[in-house]
Amino acid sequence: MERNLALIALFAALIAALGLIPKFTLAFGVPITAQSMGVMLCGTVLGARRGALAVLLFLALVALGLPLLAGGRGGLGAFATPSVGFLIGFPVAAFVTGLIVERWRAGLASVAAVASLVGGVVVLYAFGVVGMSLMLDKSIPQAALLVTAFIPGDVIKAILAGLITAGLAKSRPSSVLSRG
Amino acid sequence: MISLTSPVETWAHRVPAGVKLAALSVTTVGLLALQSPGALALALAGVVGLTLTGGPSFARAAVHALKILLPFLLLIAVWHGVTGQIEAGMTVALRLLAALALANFVTMTTRLSDMVAVAAVLLAPLRRLGLSTRALELSVALVVRFTPSIARKGGLLAEAWRARSARRTGWQIIMPLAATALDDADHVAEALRARGGLETTEPTD
Repeated sequence: MERNLALIALFAALIAALGLIPKFTLAFGVPITAQSMGVMLCGTVLGARRGALAVLLFLALVALGLPLLAGGRGGLGAFATPSVGFLIGFPVAAFVTGLIVERWRAGLASVAAVASLVGGVVVLYAFGVVGMSLMLDKSIPQAALLVTAFIPGDVIKAILAGLITAGLAKSRPSSVLSRG
Repeated sequence: MISLTSPVETWAHRVPAGVKLAALSVTTVGLLALQSPGALALALAGVVGLTLTGGPSFARAAVHALKILLPFLLLIAVWHGVTGQIEAGMTVALRLLAALALANFVTMTTRLSDMVAVAAVLLAPLRRLGLSTRALELSVALVVRFTPSIARKGGLLAEAWRARSARRTGWQIIMPLAATALDDADHVAEALRARGGLETTEPTD
């Protein structure tokens, strides 16, 4: 119980910290924030329920007024922008990612990467696109068109999340609870 | 940790947080219902007036917080400029600006402790059902405490990277950073158990 609480809180803090540290630069010079990778890692490492709770905790603190989103954003205003759908999708993305890793018992690196892809890209973008279409008053295909530019970066993040999860399983075997 | 509350003390800081949040919810629903650019322009003017009551430096901070909408506004301008649906574009842009500015106003004029107090009131029904909210309160405190600590370790890892490599900091530092978070979690869990754990029904303080 204490361990679950500590893990959920520390991973919520990890998502926040990933938004605070300077942007990473990928091989192609595309700057990315690692925050959405933090959401994927919550699912792959903590599993579905704990992962989703960690993300919910993070969002609750954002809503309360802490500037924890990438770029120092936060507060209630974060839920009044066109990208609100992505925020609402975050916990669902972590849950789906975790569920796949828990259920699909194959090589961890590839399963975690595929799970991150399904949860952190497919599911997350479904929420994001619907939110954007409502907020900007555009049709779903039009809204989808607006976010396509960000998909390659997130696909790379999903693959990296898989590698990181496998690395964590090696260095902290007892900590990858999704396979506990 | 720095919160988004404005250091400029305004009259709105003294309004109860619950009242502000309720008013914000009602107004935001209203903004979503409004369809004419004229009415929305009026609403935006109202929010601007509200913001200006905080004085010039408060208003500057409020404008700065709206910058995040710039790419979206640009997009709307181009899109609706090309399609010629100027009125629809105005409606969307005005609504976005008014809703975000109003939400930011509430965040900027409400202290974190007041927000937490409202959250505690909203969670009271859970306590009545017999669920402990102690775990939740504890985890909020842990996140606030550990976010700067993990961010600092991330900074140290990036420095260590730069000291050894000519290339820019890569994703490789995230794995050790996550491992640190896992280790911290183990220590925290141990410390919590040593202090009686979560089972305490009566808060001792």
